[in-house]
Amino acid sequence: MATAAGRLQQPQTNIAGKIGFLVLYILLIVVAAFQLFPLVWLLFFSLKNNQEIFNLPPLSLPTNPRWANYSKVWNVGDIDLYFFNSVWITVAATALTVLFGSLVTFAITRMKWKGSSLVLGLFMVAMMIPVHSTLIPLFSLFNSWGLIDNPISLVLAYVAFNMPITIMILLGFYYALPREVEEAAVIDGCSINRLFFRIILPMTTSVVATTGIINMIYNWNEFIFVNTFINSNHYKTLTVGVQNFIGQYTTDWGAIGATLMISILPILIAFLFLSDQIVEGIAAGSVKG
Amino acid sequence: MSNKKMIALYILPALALIMGLVYIPIFFTGYYGLTQWNGIGDPKFLGMANYAELVGDRMFWSSAWHSFLLALFSGLSLILYLAVAMILASHIKGANMFRKIYLIPMLLSSVAIAQLWLKVYHPTNGILNSLLVSLGVDLPPAWLADPSIVLYALFVPIIWQYAGFYILIYYAGLKNIPTSIEEAAKIDGANSWQIALRIKLPLVGEVVKVTIVLAVVGSLKYFDLIYIMTDGGPNGASEVMASYMYHTAFRTYDFGYGSAIGFFLLVISLVATWIIRKATASEEKIQYS
Repeated sequence: MATAAGRLQQPQTNIAGKIGFLVLYILLIVVAAFQLFPLVWLLFFSLKNNQEIFNLPPLSLPTNPRWANYSKVWNVGDIDLYFFNSVWITVAATALTVLFGSLVTFAITRMKWKGSSLVLGLFMVAMMIPVHSTLIPLFSLFNSWGLIDNPISLVLAYVAFNMPITIMILLGFYYALPREVEEAAVIDGCSINRLFFRIILPMTTSVVATTGIINMIYNWNEFIFVNTFINSNHYKTLTVGVQNFIGQYTTDWGAIGATLMISILPILIAFLFLSDQIVEGIAAGSVKG
Repeated sequence: MSNKKMIALYILPALALIMGLVYIPIFFTGYYGLTQWNGIGDPKFLGMANYAELVGDRMFWSSAWHSFLLALFSGLSLILYLAVAMILASHIKGANMFRKIYLIPMLLSSVAIAQLWLKVYHPTNGILNSLLVSLGVDLPPAWLADPSIVLYALFVPIIWQYAGFYILIYYAGLKNIPTSIEEAAKIDGANSWQIALRIKLPLVGEVVKVTIVLAVVGSLKYFDLIYIMTDGGPNGASEVMASYMYHTAFRTYDFGYGSAIGFFLLVISLVATWIIRKATASEEKIQYS
């Protein structure tokens, strides 16, 4: 590689260079520690009881891990219900967003029609509109449809508000798809539906996975719509459910820690296995804006 | 391929959602802002009365000032992120792992982050004050209860949450610069500082502009952690525009005045975007691909 050769010509043998390099590394590690520190502390105190949390040094290992904190909050509160609600709302909204987004991106990038750039512009500009500027009309609209305190309102809102970023990530991939395949398919008399569902969609599985995981993260973490549109405990998702649940446990830190760990665990596990897609999706969804 | 019905069918689901749930609501926000309305019955038309009230509302201007301060600090912190990204992009081993670690807080829900940082800032048992006491500080501050520091205490987790996002974007931008440019500069005798400031910085200029817009506009409409951690308190000391709008609309049920604030939020976001774009517009775009 050119870079390796370039560095071989100027080996950093001087001490100043090495120290400089070391300083940079330490800086990177300090930033990493700052980013991880609160989370490690959370993991630790989720496995302790109050006495251990308040009397031992904050970062002492939970030598006698209190797994009971986890079973307690899972069984006593409605965390399992919130968890289930979060899962199905996240999955439903993500599936619809990626499907509708793929349809639009296909129509914009692979078909010629008047107004396609206008439609694309509408989707892109929507990204800049603050949620709070739509919240009151959304509330009264859902209210008039009888969708307040109904999870359908969440699914609809999630699909609409995540559509721009989804299309943005999909666009780059669709523009890069070779046209030969579809030209051949069209010559063979393949219908548009068949072309999209049987040929194009299977070719885009990697970007579908990327947009899917990004959507899942955003939907899983969503707070303001749930907080505004859902009243009854029965339909709450983890974010608002955890928020209310913790209110009852203000003094039991171990229980609070365990609740928070349960709520972030699916994201951490997804990150462990899919970090490349997540990083790629977040980078793709922002730079081109 | 120009089957009009098929195209309509492909774009309609997503377009209907975004028109119905994003664009049409902003017009209603604009209209409701001209009315007196408590959410029940018909809005009563007032004209500009809500906006006249807004101009003289000290609470609103104090929340706008807080939002502006957040935008300022978020904007300034970009310098640090760019520096970290430059270090990461300079052939550092483990750069990929570092940028992933930095990103983790951004993937977690606002509720989890807010609850965790409430514990970090806990006056007696929080990790911050535990550390300060062990370092010999007698009376560490009550971070979130002190009106003079609460706002800045809240900025820390907000910046903590998004640091990895901006570092990731900068890193991706820097990695897009062909290594041949750096090699050529090295051969011409440029040192690392010159390469970073004179060559790399101008080449990621477009990315920097995008991030300034994201950071400033994102700050102006920021809501989540502030609403969950302090609810704008104590006594309005950490109120921002979005939380003030939310309180007005969904706590005092003044939908008319809340809509006026929501509409102002939209206008100021668009104006800020326009100003930043204008201020950072360059005569010529650098092409290097």
